[in-house]
Amino acid sequence: MGVEQPLGDNIVTASLDGLVNWARKSSIWPMTFGLACCAIEMMATGASSHDLDRFGIIFRASPRQADCIIIAGTVTKKMLPVIKVIYEQMPEPKWVVAMGACACSGGIFDTYSVVQGIDEALPVDVYIPGCPPRPEALLCGLVKLQEKIMKERNSFGNAIGIGERMEPLEPAA
Amino acid sequence: MADMAENNRAVVKLKGKYAASILDVKEFRGEVTVTVKKEEIVEICRFLKTELSYNLLTDVTAVDYLGKEPRFLVVYNLYSIPNKDRLRVKAPVSEADCAIDTVSVVWQTANWLEREVYDLFGIVFRNHPDLRRILMTDDWVGHPLRKDYPLQGPGREPYKGRLS
Repeated sequence: MGVEQPLGDNIVTASLDGLVNWARKSSIWPMTFGLACCAIEMMATGASSHDLDRFGIIFRASPRQADCIIIAGTVTKKMLPVIKVIYEQMPEPKWVVAMGACACSGGIFDTYSVVQGIDEALPVDVYIPGCPPRPEALLCGLVKLQEKIMKERNSFGNAIGIGERMEPLEPAA
Repeated sequence: MADMAENNRAVVKLKGKYAASILDVKEFRGEVTVTVKKEEIVEICRFLKTELSYNLLTDVTAVDYLGKEPRFLVVYNLYSIPNKDRLRVKAPVSEADCAIDTVSVVWQTANWLEREVYDLFGIVFRNHPDLRRILMTDDWVGHPLRKDYPLQGPGREPYKGRLS
């Protein structure tokens, strides 16, 4: 009664973006990959007391199965080529989270051997400050990433050949 | 306290055999340091290992005294497991002839330790079986622990302190 349901009552309609973005943000699978002390906090975030699984965030041990890489720690110049290879092995769509001061800016390691921020090499979606950030901060960053994913427009359409990808209506928070 | 170094068993024996090669003997807080000529380093190390049973080479490192001559001191930290005794041996290396013989023929451990010193200080170890960089990438230019190496790496504006 009231609302007409020509497709029957077991079918829900939604916009393609709304559905795809919802599916993507609800199943972020980060690469199991840590570089320094931030990785310990990342593991603590994944463990039972903070429990990343409740966001659908499940660590995958292969870049082929991952769609997010959390740069958790100091990136040395020697490690950078390895990180680039792992990033390239990840299938699209993929997101990068810079976790901690080192990944954001090099942190206290303002030296010859350390990359001064992973954004010199990879497109970073979320920066999380802290040395290291507490699990709550990492959770906040990942929720920000989910919000950012929800604002994507025609990213899936572009992937299957329907039109171009569009900029989000408002700048991502 | 100076007597302690002079009366050290190893120092007495070294002085007996290699008096001409010993440049300096020092004792500080119970740690004995012998500075020797770099030409004799392999001979002296072999003597220390076989005759005085300093059978463990705990570390090889170097110090850069930029502006002084000789510029580098290569440092060997030895330990005798049977005698529970430590000894530090140093050998000066000048910048012009920046090379010293390898002691990897005496202690196998020296292989990687000397590679590290070569990598970070640019001191060449003659007759070393495999003198490659060990920490920095193979294509790295320069030796980062030298005092004249820019801390933030070449090609970067050096940090000048807080501006605000």
